Formats: sequence, C-alpha cells, structure tokens
Amino acid sequence: MSFRKPSVLPGFGLTFGFTTFFLSAIVLLPLAALVLAAGSMHWSELVAVVSSPRALGSYRLSFGASALAATINVVFGFVLAWTLVRYEFPGRKLIDALIDLPFALPTAVSGIALTTVFAQHGWIGRYLEPLGIKVAYTWLGVTLALTLISMPFAVRTLQPALLEVQRDLEDAAETLGATRFYTFRRVILPTVLPALLTGFTLAFARAVGEYGSVIFIAGNLPMKTEITPLLIVIHLEQFDYRGAAALGVVMLLISFAVLLTINLLQAWGRRRQVQAAH
Amino acid sequence: MAAALPAGRPADQFRADAPARPGHDTWISAIMRWLFIAVSLTFLAALLLAPVATVFAVALARGFETYLVSFADPDTLAAIRLTLITAAVVVPVNTVFGLAAAWAIAKFEFRGKSVLITLIDLPLAISPVISGMVFVLLFGLHGWFGVWLEQHDLSIIFALPGIILATMFVTFPYVARELIPLMQQLGNDEEEAAITLGAGGWMTFFRVTLPRIRWGLLYGVILSNARAMGEFGAVSVVSGHIRGLTNTMPLHIEILYNEYNFVGAFAVASLLTLLAGVTLVVKNLVERTGYRGH
Repeated sequence: MSFRKPSVLPGFGLTFGFTTFFLSAIVLLPLAALVLAAGSMHWSELVAVVSSPRALGSYRLSFGASALAATINVVFGFVLAWTLVRYEFPGRKLIDALIDLPFALPTAVSGIALTTVFAQHGWIGRYLEPLGIKVAYTWLGVTLALTLISMPFAVRTLQPALLEVQRDLEDAAETLGATRFYTFRRVILPTVLPALLTGFTLAFARAVGEYGSVIFIAGNLPMKTEITPLLIVIHLEQFDYRGAAALGVVMLLISFAVLLTINLLQAWGRRRQVQAAH
Repeated sequence: MAAALPAGRPADQFRADAPARPGHDTWISAIMRWLFIAVSLTFLAALLLAPVATVFAVALARGFETYLVSFADPDTLAAIRLTLITAAVVVPVNTVFGLAAAWAIAKFEFRGKSVLITLIDLPLAISPVISGMVFVLLFGLHGWFGVWLEQHDLSIIFALPGIILATMFVTFPYVARELIPLMQQLGNDEEEAAITLGAGGWMTFFRVTLPRIRWGLLYGVILSNARAMGEFGAVSVVSGHIRGLTNTMPLHIEILYNEYNFVGAFAVASLLTLLAGVTLVVKNLVERTGYRGH
C-alpha cells in the first residue's frame, strides 16, 4: 500500500511538507524539549518534585475543582441545551450565540470580571457574604472560574445529541404510561449518555490547564488555593526549569489520558448510534 | 477529537420543532418549561452577563472621559501596540498554515491522516502555561540555547520573538480546524474539473477553492485573532512583564488590576470584550450563510 492514494490535484507535497514542518517546529520539537528536560532529572529528584506536599495540594485543587466544574457544567449544560433545543422563547437565538462567549473572551478579562462580581462587595458577592459563603479567594472561586471557561464545551456537545433524541420514542413511552422521570431515565438519558460523558471530559480537559482566569479569583495560597499551572509558573520564576518541566510532564500525561478517553467515548457513542439505527 | 470547542451548529438547526404533541399541553409541561428557561437564564446571568456588564460598569465608573484618558497612558498604548504587532505576525502565518494543512488533509487520502489531525489539535489540549514553558526551556537563560543566544546578544524569552512563538503555539489550530471539515464536506469535484480543464494549481486554489471556503476562512481568521490578542497564560510565562516593553494587553490588565487601577484595567478589558463580541457576531453571520461544514 502506498503512502497516499493517487489524485489529479496538485500541491500535496508542498502543503503536506509545510504542514508537517511547521507542526514539528512550533509544537512537536518544543514539547519534546519539555519531556527531555524532565527526563534529564534524576529519578529520585523527579519524584520529590512531583510528589511534594505543595504539588499534591495543587493537584487536589486543580483536579478536584475541574471535576466539580465539569459536573456543574454537565448538569446546567443539559438544562441549557434542553432549553435551547426544545423551547421557543424570545431571545433564544441571542442566548444560543452567547454560549460561545467564554471561548472568545480572554481569560484575564473573565478572571478580573468574575472576581469583581463575586468579591465581598460585588454585585453577587454582597448577597452571599451574609450567608457566610465566600467565593472570591477560595476554592469556590476557582471552581466558578473553571465552570465559566469550560461551559461552552459541555453545552455544544449536548446540543446535537439532544437533537438526536427521537421524540416518537418519548411519546411512545408516555402513551404506554411511563412517568416523566421514567421516560427521562430510560429513553432520553441513554441516548445522550455518550455526549454527557464527552462533554464532561472536554470541560474537564479545558479546566485542568486553565491559568488566566483562575489566578485572579484564587487567592493563590500554597496548599490551599494554588493550582498546578500556577505552581509551574512559580518554579519557572525561580529558574527551576527542571522542576517546572517535571510538573508540566505530569499535566501533559493527564492531558493525553483525557484525550484518549475522549476518543474512546466518541467511538463508543458512534457504535451506539450505529446499533440504534439497526 | 482533542479538547477543542465542539463546533456549533447553525442556530436554525436548533429550532424547536413544536407540533402539537398529545398530552403535552398539561400544566406540568408548562411548569417544566418555565423552570428550565428560568434556570438557564439565571445560570447565564450570574456566570456570563454579570461579569461582562461589570467590565463596562467599572471601566465607565468615573465617567466616559476618565475611560478615554486611561488609554492615553503610554504603557497602555505600548501594550495595545505590542498586541497588534503580535497578532499581525501570528494570524497571517497561522492562516497560511491552516490553508496548507486543510488542503493536504481534505483533498488527499494518505496514511496517518488521523494522527496528523490529532497532532494539529494538540495545542488546544495543553495548558497555556506549558505552551509558554516549552519555549523558556528552549530559549530561556538556563534553557538549551540560552548560552548561545546570550553570546550572540539575541533574546527570545522576555522579548517579542518569545511572545510571538508562544502565541503562535496556542492559536495555531484554529484556522485549520475551521477549514478541514468544511473542505472535506465540499469535496474535490470542482477542483478536479478545473485541473482537468487545464487550470494550474494556484489558479484552481484562488478561483475555485477560495471563493467556496471564504466564510469558513473568515471565521477561522477572526477566531485565531481573538485568541491571539487575548492569550494570557502562555504569553505571561515568556514575556517577563516589562512595562511598556513586553506587556501585551492581557498582561497589562493584570498589572493595572494588581495596582488597584480598576478603571484602567477594565478599560483595556473592555476593548478585548468588544473584540470577543465582534468575534461572536462574525461567527453567527458566517453560520447564517450556511457555509460551515459541521
């Protein structure tokens, strides 16, 4: 089998060559440098850096808050996607367009704006303060920022999936006497399950690496409100390149694991769709 | 594929098809409907609208004149200039890359194509801090080429080249991601006809392909531009935060904010928020043309 199928169109050599060259120069070689830098550390030194109490504390916050944010987004993302797909109301198209805003808005802007809104005297913070809820400069604020920036990923994954739900099946279930909740659990949920899981994973992946919006609202206390990307930056600022690289490789490995999960989930979702069609 | 934003669909496709459904006009349905809409709107109002409104409320808190005066600060102007220069270099390069990648991937069948697509998406799955750090490891003072660069009096980290490299790394998938599905959907027939009839490769590209992908290309370029101008994490790592020299707009926002100059910080933020708004408008206009492939 040859490398590519013959085609009358020209330009494969030029475009393929440029693509692989540029990709290697800008992305792959720099990433290889990261792996090599971490690999040049002595094994015990590497373990000491990535398992220091401060690093462990940062993983706990980064992964815990990201998982919580992704969960919030799956729940509210489902409600949002359902509302946008199923209901007609004034301003629906505007709301639909706004879903992408966190994606287009620079993270530093989201960060300072959220902090201002949820600070002690902010528009929303002032009502939470008397209830004893502190959002800004706590792990709650971190979760909130991560929820904001990863929200489009959950909603945009769920919308097409909800369109796939067959209304006649819902009708049939209800005609046969199923309650709303039963129809939801046995008809709607199975159809959108792959999308729910993919949306969770995409949101989680986006949230784990986030830096800009979090550092403003987090308070950045070691062990308490310090995320892993910030710890990497602190290592870099102290010219501890290898320590930073070691933490970077930990995050990179987790990113790859998440990517793999997404691909497996999407393959699973496609298989289910094919099965359902037969 | 990667941790990228799933492509939005044209808004029309989401319109609720609402024929009268038996048994659905009950009061429970009505309550459910308003509950869902209320929860959705509250969620978005707290998480999205309140922060965006705050940006403008704080920026204009001391009046429109103070808002305008905050742009007269030379450091702010330098940050705006640096951001524009960075985008002016990064966006065209990424556009050429995106066009080349889309042509190779969409027009030809070859082995390892899906691996190539995954690798192009890679920067979207990587923390921006890591995207900046890789260049510090290469070109920083204690990095691999650090000594050599210093001997030759060249600086990449804490200077413009580093900022451009980091921004390029972070934003480089966007044009390609827009174009690949679009060009795959459009197929090769028209290009093959043009070539068969004797048109050259460049002529085919400019006269046949480009007019058909121009809306998708436009959105890819606009999105790439918005992300390039707004990038914070990666640029923060390589920039060195030298006021008036290596501070881009997002980094300048951070400095002003940490100095409690809220009007100044939110004034700069308001420009980037407007840019995000323009990006969304273009996205919706492009989707309305129906040109997007997914």
